[in-house]
Amino acid sequence: MTNYLIRRVGQSALLLVLVTAIAFGLMRLAPGGPESVYALSPTMRAEDLARIRASFGLDQPLHIQYVKWATGMLTGDWGRSYRDSRPVRDVILDRVPATLELTITALAFAIVVGVTIGVLGALRPNSASDYLATIGAMVALSIPTFWFGLMVIFIFAEKLDWIPSGGRETLGAGFSLSDRLHHLVAPALVLGLVLVATWSRYTRATMLETIGQDYVRTARAKGVAERHVVWSHAFRNALGPLLTLAGIQLPFLFGGALVTESVFTWPGMGRLFVDSLGYRDYPVLMGVLVVTAILVIASNLLADFLVAFVDPRIRMR
Amino acid sequence: MSTSATATTTRLGDAVGELRRPRVESPWRRAARRFLRHRLATAGLIVSLLLILAALFAPALAPRDPLQISILDKFAAPMTKGFVLGADEVGRDLVSRLLYAGRISLLVGFAAMAVTIVVGTLIGLFAGFYGGRVDAVLMRFTDALLCFPTIFLLLVLAAFVGASLLSITLIIGLTSWMELARILRNQALTLRERDYVQAGRALGASNAWLIRRHMLPNTLGTIMVAATLNIANAVLAESYISYLGYGIQPPEASWGNMLNNAQSYFSTAPWIALFPGVLITLTVASFNFLGDGLRDALDPRARR
Repeated sequence: MTNYLIRRVGQSALLLVLVTAIAFGLMRLAPGGPESVYALSPTMRAEDLARIRASFGLDQPLHIQYVKWATGMLTGDWGRSYRDSRPVRDVILDRVPATLELTITALAFAIVVGVTIGVLGALRPNSASDYLATIGAMVALSIPTFWFGLMVIFIFAEKLDWIPSGGRETLGAGFSLSDRLHHLVAPALVLGLVLVATWSRYTRATMLETIGQDYVRTARAKGVAERHVVWSHAFRNALGPLLTLAGIQLPFLFGGALVTESVFTWPGMGRLFVDSLGYRDYPVLMGVLVVTAILVIASNLLADFLVAFVDPRIRMR
Repeated sequence: MSTSATATTTRLGDAVGELRRPRVESPWRRAARRFLRHRLATAGLIVSLLLILAALFAPALAPRDPLQISILDKFAAPMTKGFVLGADEVGRDLVSRLLYAGRISLLVGFAAMAVTIVVGTLIGLFAGFYGGRVDAVLMRFTDALLCFPTIFLLLVLAAFVGASLLSITLIIGLTSWMELARILRNQALTLRERDYVQAGRALGASNAWLIRRHMLPNTLGTIMVAATLNIANAVLAESYISYLGYGIQPPEASWGNMLNNAQSYFSTAPWIALFPGVLITLTVASFNFLGDGLRDALDPRARR
């Protein structure tokens, strides 16, 4: 088990280096380089631009720039935003709680609903309700999240006036839990819909597999209560693949969050990313890319640890 | 008594006869039969064909010029003034715009799929076939790309490279090959140990020949399924980046960019926001159902 975990940590570290290198390389693709924002100013002279390049270290070879930037990331110096000169770390960390609030709520909703639908479907495969759930999941996977969000806003905010049309809280009203929840419901459900679909499909498939196993038949033959068979025997064994799914799904979740945040003007990292794109704020863009990738790597690692914890077969390796 | 005995014998005889000459059905025929039994997949096939035809014949079908502005008809409601689905904020006919937008969205979908399939197949088969260091390098790169949310990559690339039909297609294609590469790599890893591949190698076949003759045909089912599902994903991806303003640029219409400002006209003209989304969902869903049906039909493990 220890060997397995050490190997996984090593792989993750390598992945981290690759991911940061890709993000770094991507930013070099920017037209005119990162200093192009300054070149836009009409009063800018060529020698000033050269000085700016030098002060950013842009005149040095790429690998040195990368090492400098990477050590900066490690020591908490993530550079400054081009837009308002605030430290990138603060700009991003300000937005992390909003994104986590949205994504965790959506994921929790999706897991509860999706797993229930998936287990019920696996218990009665090819029944009318299973068929409907399968079609529903496929349709949910095909709806563009932003459009679904627009429709929800149109119906429930414009027409019925049940929910606010965006934002995380009523501005200037001070903190109130009910106000926060009121704002959270719609975006979380919109983001959660696609996730419900993936969770129910995946749970159904995994459960169908475990329910056909010999140990489930043995448990039934011994007269174990059906509820116990389903949850303690079949579902417990399906838990490993489901935990892995939670880890793998994270990039997808952040992508969905970006779109949902844009539609519902939710002040999270995704919206920060879209805004920074408009301002060509490269340090912030790179910061968000790296932070999401780190979160993805970390949660995949965590998922593997948890799987090893619940599944003794992996612990033995 | 005797008649029933004869009847039984005949029936038995028939059964034996049938056993002796099993119905010979080619794999493709069997796949087609299984596919058509799948009602949703058939529906998906029909709807996607209709959408493709509508896009192909858009110039003939469109009642007006999709770019023709007519301020007097701005926000004309559906079924008024000859606008079947209404008009947008500058009085352009929504039906015509939807038809022409469909051309762009489907074109991007199919072309991006082609890029995805070529890159994914090459990387997956090479990694699995050669194994060792080639495999390690290619797969670590694949893993690293999978850590980024696709939309983030799409947006950065689209903003940096600049939006055109070609660049959007390439960007979508180049950010969605990773899963296919992974699946094909695993298949190729098992395929290369098969006896017929070993035999080919022993006979002196070149690597290129082995890949072409054995790897590719044996993974064709997977590739076809991935291709269909990828069209759905590419159409969706195009709509996301165009909605956020970094994809297909106005005045050229795509289903995504038609939703660009739709929210500002909610109170006056909700139909502007409604129809493009319905068409995206319809397209993506029909290709998804099609791909799902193909997967069931081509799955060699499933019998019947």
